[in-house]
Amino acid sequence: MEAIQQKAEDIVDELTLVQAAKKGDLEAFSQLVKRYDRNIFRIAQHITHNEEDAQDVVQEAFLKAYRNLQQFQGNSKFYTWLVRIAVNEALMKLRRRRADKTVSIDEDVETEDGSMPREVADWSPNPEQLYGQSELGDILKKTIQGLPPGFRTVFVLRDVEGLSTEETAEMLGLSVPAVKSRLLRARLQLRERLAKYFKVKRGGDSQP
Amino acid sequence: MKCTEFLKELTDYLDGAISPSVKSELEEHLHWCHDCEVVLNTTQKTIEIYRDNKLYELPETLRVRLHEIIITKCKGSHSKKTSK
Repeated sequence: MEAIQQKAEDIVDELTLVQAAKKGDLEAFSQLVKRYDRNIFRIAQHITHNEEDAQDVVQEAFLKAYRNLQQFQGNSKFYTWLVRIAVNEALMKLRRRRADKTVSIDEDVETEDGSMPREVADWSPNPEQLYGQSELGDILKKTIQGLPPGFRTVFVLRDVEGLSTEETAEMLGLSVPAVKSRLLRARLQLRERLAKYFKVKRGGDSQP
Repeated sequence: MKCTEFLKELTDYLDGAISPSVKSELEEHLHWCHDCEVVLNTTQKTIEIYRDNKLYELPETLRVRLHEIIITKCKGSHSKKTSK
């Protein structure tokens, strides 16, 4: 109950801040930046894999949001609208860096085979403890970077940022079934790739 | 239920977005299919690992710097708007 009330307060608060910012209250906008900058940076880094690009995305997304605040109708949450701007900026950065200029969130790579589980060995009971914190971070980064951009973006929004399927669909301009299909394949492909590091080795030696 | 059918429902099952009848069919399948049970548990673990070990935290000094730049640029864009 307390959590629900807290959430309701947050939403009201966000709307109040947006209304004030629309009237030119820069302090109110500054509060919105502080509230969401960490999330936007994380999402941008996951999409671009480049810290400099992610910093640019944070700046450009907030600036674009500020300049276009009058167009924000309040039909969705401000955060949903902001993430949508940031994802587009991040994909543009990615396109510029890659020789493959066709990077798109709509990219729905046919990877039925890639998503079929091949690795069915159990994982060590506490796989995270097999590695030091920084080594684990490197493994997780390397693994998620191997996914197509459309898959990893859906995974990050749904499973890392904890947004709903509907919110994710709205942010990415995808249908709910399309989000679900990408999420399933992203989860299965990550699982398959992580198994290499976390599975129990035969002979009882769980060290990789 | 076949393993491929189980896999199709895996995401909804993990998210608890599933009808009680499908849920009991899946659990019946899990009862005898060890491979699917491993896939379910390790997929769950995959999600938890990424959720609990947030990558790419924004360092505080960089955060302060970015904030200053954003607000300064907003001020600039605001004065341009009002001077129209």
